[in-house]
Amino acid sequence: MFARRLLYWISMAAGLVLAIVPLPGWLDPVRPDLALLAMIYFVLTSPRIAGLGYAWLSGLFLDVLRGMVLGQHALGFLVVGYLTHKLQLRMRMFPIVQQAVIVMLLLGLYHFLMFWIDGLTGHGFTGWVRWLPVLSGALLWPLVVALGDSLTRRSS
Amino acid sequence: MVELSHDSRPIIGRGPPLTAYFITLAAISVGLMVADQRYHQIDRIREALSRVIYPVQRAVDFPFRATDWVTESFADRSRLRQENLELTARLRLANLQLQRFAVLEEENRRLREMRANTAGIADKVLVASILNVDLDPFRHRVLLDKGAADGVFKDQAVLDGNGIFGQVSKVNAATAEVILISDAEHAIPVQSNRSGVRTIAVGTGDQNKLSLPFVTVESDLQPGDLLLSTGMGGVFPPGYPVAQVSKVKRAGSMFALVEAKPTAKLDQAREVLLVWFKARAEPAPAAGDAGSTPSPASAAPPAQAGGE
Repeated sequence: MFARRLLYWISMAAGLVLAIVPLPGWLDPVRPDLALLAMIYFVLTSPRIAGLGYAWLSGLFLDVLRGMVLGQHALGFLVVGYLTHKLQLRMRMFPIVQQAVIVMLLLGLYHFLMFWIDGLTGHGFTGWVRWLPVLSGALLWPLVVALGDSLTRRSS
Repeated sequence: MVELSHDSRPIIGRGPPLTAYFITLAAISVGLMVADQRYHQIDRIREALSRVIYPVQRAVDFPFRATDWVTESFADRSRLRQENLELTARLRLANLQLQRFAVLEEENRRLREMRANTAGIADKVLVASILNVDLDPFRHRVLLDKGAADGVFKDQAVLDGNGIFGQVSKVNAATAEVILISDAEHAIPVQSNRSGVRTIAVGTGDQNKLSLPFVTVESDLQPGDLLLSTGMGGVFPPGYPVAQVSKVKRAGSMFALVEAKPTAKLDQAREVLLVWFKARAEPAPAAGDAGSTPSPASAAPPAQAGGE
């Protein structure tokens, strides 16, 4: 149990680090939201340990890290975490491709929320490029699951 | 596949009800956003959180810094020699120019004293490194390794060796966030070195391009004109290069389409200068200048913020 908890916080930190690591210019807009994917994975596999508070905190740290309006990513993470919680029993039964599709929808919702809040706070960037992480995130989902499964199996 | 976890208790019925928890946290998020956006009341919370997050930023920065250090330490002798020769030559040239400059500066000071105006000369600078951290691909912000502890303040001007770089938009304890002049939310008052035309240079979101949206068709601007900061608004020291006009298109009825290329190396700079300078003593002659350019108040909150 303790090892699992530790694993969640470590992967949160890793996700946050990967959210700000400098990437070459063309790769930068494609950067998948690994912190968000990790959060979805943990909420799916053990919803009682990694709950909404975990999701919200990850988002809040991301806000501070990126110097965004405080609460923006926190709200996005929270909404995705809540929906994942609600869908959790069904999603766990899905084959991996179907899961990736659901994850893509969740990521789309998340980025729509971010886009909306950006617009409200006057940071609007409207290029199509900003939707690329939705695609890259969905494509990465099977990898996240594989990695997460091997890690949790070792730790429990 | 996701394996079924050992923890499959029902969602509702243990711990706090999920939806109530969700609504509470969502309300807190919205409250935070409103407070952050409207009232700037929660800088202290951000400050506290940024202390927690600082090690993460340092950790991301570290490998890049280490490789820089290693490559520098093991740079071969001939390259260093070559570099040294070049630098010596450049220094000699610069010294020569400086001799002339000293005379000019003295003369300038006397003239300024006559006008009882010694504003706008940078009297203290602090070198800061840019942390290797990506904040947001769509906004031009960088993080410096100096913060409130070093005396950095909000709206402070940031320069690099070639011109104006940006201004401090957020100050944390050990770091400061800088908004570049090319950020789409940034605007800076400028003046053409050749013709004296005053206008506003607005960022475009492209690091090699500023746009000058308030230039009338009749204005005397040509490609190649150097745009200097005017010091109006009190944020930037006057007389430093900002950009060079790259394109002027006089189509349409009222405003010309003018673009300029920033002189500062926005995408390459590793180190920048934080500048302290004495702001203009008397209020800028805003009334006379405002006539020629429409007020960009709505377009440029950061650049206008420092007006005194």
